[in-house]
Amino acid sequence: MTGIISGYINRAYKELRGEILVLPSRTVALLFCLTLFLLPLITSEPYTLRILIMASIFAIFAASWDLLSGFTGQMNFGHALFFGVAAYTSALLNLHFSLPVWLSIPLGALGAVLAGLVIGVPCLRLRGPYLALATLAFPLILTGILFVFPGITGGELGVSGIDRLSSSRVTDYYIVVTLMISLGFVMWKITDSKTGIIFHAIREDEVTARASGINTTKYKLLAFCLSGLFAGIAGGLYVHFMRIAGPSTLELMLSFQAILWAIFGGIATIYGPIAGVFILYPLLEFTRFMPEWRMLFFAVIVLLVLLFMPEGLITRVRDKIEKECPRCKLRNIATRKSCRVCGVDLG
Amino acid sequence: MIENIIINGLIHSGVYALLAVGFSLVFGVARIINLAHTAFYMLAAYLIFTFTSSFGLNLPLSVILSVVAVTIIGLLSYKLLIDPVREHETTVLIVTIALAIIIQEVMLNRYGGQAGGIPSLVSGYTEILGVKVTNQHLLTFGVALIVLLGTWALLLKTKVGIGVRSAAQDREVANLMGINVARIGMITMAVAVALAAIAGALVAPLFALQPHMWMHPLVMVLAIVVLGGLGSIKGSFVGAFILGFAETSVVFAIPEGSFLKGAVALSIMLVVILIRPQGLFGVAFEEER
Repeated sequence: MTGIISGYINRAYKELRGEILVLPSRTVALLFCLTLFLLPLITSEPYTLRILIMASIFAIFAASWDLLSGFTGQMNFGHALFFGVAAYTSALLNLHFSLPVWLSIPLGALGAVLAGLVIGVPCLRLRGPYLALATLAFPLILTGILFVFPGITGGELGVSGIDRLSSSRVTDYYIVVTLMISLGFVMWKITDSKTGIIFHAIREDEVTARASGINTTKYKLLAFCLSGLFAGIAGGLYVHFMRIAGPSTLELMLSFQAILWAIFGGIATIYGPIAGVFILYPLLEFTRFMPEWRMLFFAVIVLLVLLFMPEGLITRVRDKIEKECPRCKLRNIATRKSCRVCGVDLG
Repeated sequence: MIENIIINGLIHSGVYALLAVGFSLVFGVARIINLAHTAFYMLAAYLIFTFTSSFGLNLPLSVILSVVAVTIIGLLSYKLLIDPVREHETTVLIVTIALAIIIQEVMLNRYGGQAGGIPSLVSGYTEILGVKVTNQHLLTFGVALIVLLGTWALLLKTKVGIGVRSAAQDREVANLMGINVARIGMITMAVAVALAAIAGALVAPLFALQPHMWMHPLVMVLAIVVLGGLGSIKGSFVGAFILGFAETSVVFAIPEGSFLKGAVALSIMLVVILIRPQGLFGVAFEEER
């Protein structure tokens, strides 16, 4: 019995050394997850936890934008639509049908998937900037519709009086952070699979992808639905954490912010947007001591970073500390002279 | 009510047309979606306010000064911020939105959430069709029309205009024909920003100045340009009138539902591009080389 357990531990240790610790980026990712999990043991200050919870929610949101727009190149300027639809769906289901949290969030996400289908089908005909600007319109139109029915949606004030995610802040934190890490991992796995390669192909050259026998329509719709699903989960979590679903969940600025976080970190990576949110969101919060200047400071930092690293911060840093083996395409730490698997000279 | 719709519709459409034509020109020639376009419009209005209230200059002089200043700022930001990242289309979006936020925040810090208004250039009113129209409104529409006609003439009749249009049609072939595409890009940006600044100068006496006043026009301009067809000047013009009138009609026909004005205009845009994916006058872009 102990032999089996020690065998497992041994294997886990080998995996850790062979797959994670060999690459600085994976080590950093592991450290990041560990830090997030161990943080409440050090501090349970509500304000810090709140910032990290919000950052985690927005990390899911930004990564879901990346899944759609970064990978398939279908520029979505109205990503807040998914967030807002899920937020309002969860809130209304929870309030009027008193559905528990673990049911209202998935149903809200389902609503966002439907929204993805509703905008995905007509938008299949549009491409490039036309698609971007058409998607921009949807959340703004929905905002107008919300104001027509103030009895149901609360109009300007939104829907309030929603159940909390859980009874304590620390539990909230663990729920959101666990979901963020696992959903981030799922998204990364999706983009690493065959489907992900097809998404890449659609972005690079849609006509060639179709000529290679790929049903691009199907995959584009799939991307819209998947993106809607993850953004919807983020929207549901947000609504149960903030306990209010207002028109701000559909705002133009929210859509732009998702794009901003994703491009800042580096698109078509999934981990880029997550890192982007975890850098930029706390930065904006911690500069509260200079309230009039913080947005300006924020915009200037984003501008300067993008001017010098137009491909995104994380993508650039990763290219600096790791290089790709020319023969087997595996990544190696930049200090190695030869590839860790095939031994080819990295020069 | 009808008279109100017509007169206010014409004025709003004129301002939107000024903004949309410039935006469309920049997109056509440089393939840049400049989300800071309407921020320049806001900047012009604020500069006029600064020149008149802080420096005590008279109004016509401060209008001219602010249009020139905004054009220079626009050119500098194009050269220093947008041009270096042009290869990365998505990065351009964020750079321009960051630029817009910077302008907004500087104005917010300098003047607070609500700055005062600007006196009208001309006073009094004229009665047309039984509706009292202030002369400032008439002037706004008149100037908008003249400037638009001037732009039209510039594009169609001059050598520079032919260069701009050919660069919009095909950048590489235009380059091969000996047109300095980089210079044409600068000229286009200058014209576009100047148009936005003129639009800002025109609305400055009509609307209250707010640091967020660029948001709604930005959405409208994006909708207009898509409706008319990206890169098509005629399309932007027609689109501006369709959406300008749609918006004004909603405001005057159902005053209690005026928050719907944006939603109605955007729905019209959606319906049109779902039927005609390249917009009203757009040519389907061939695959970019």
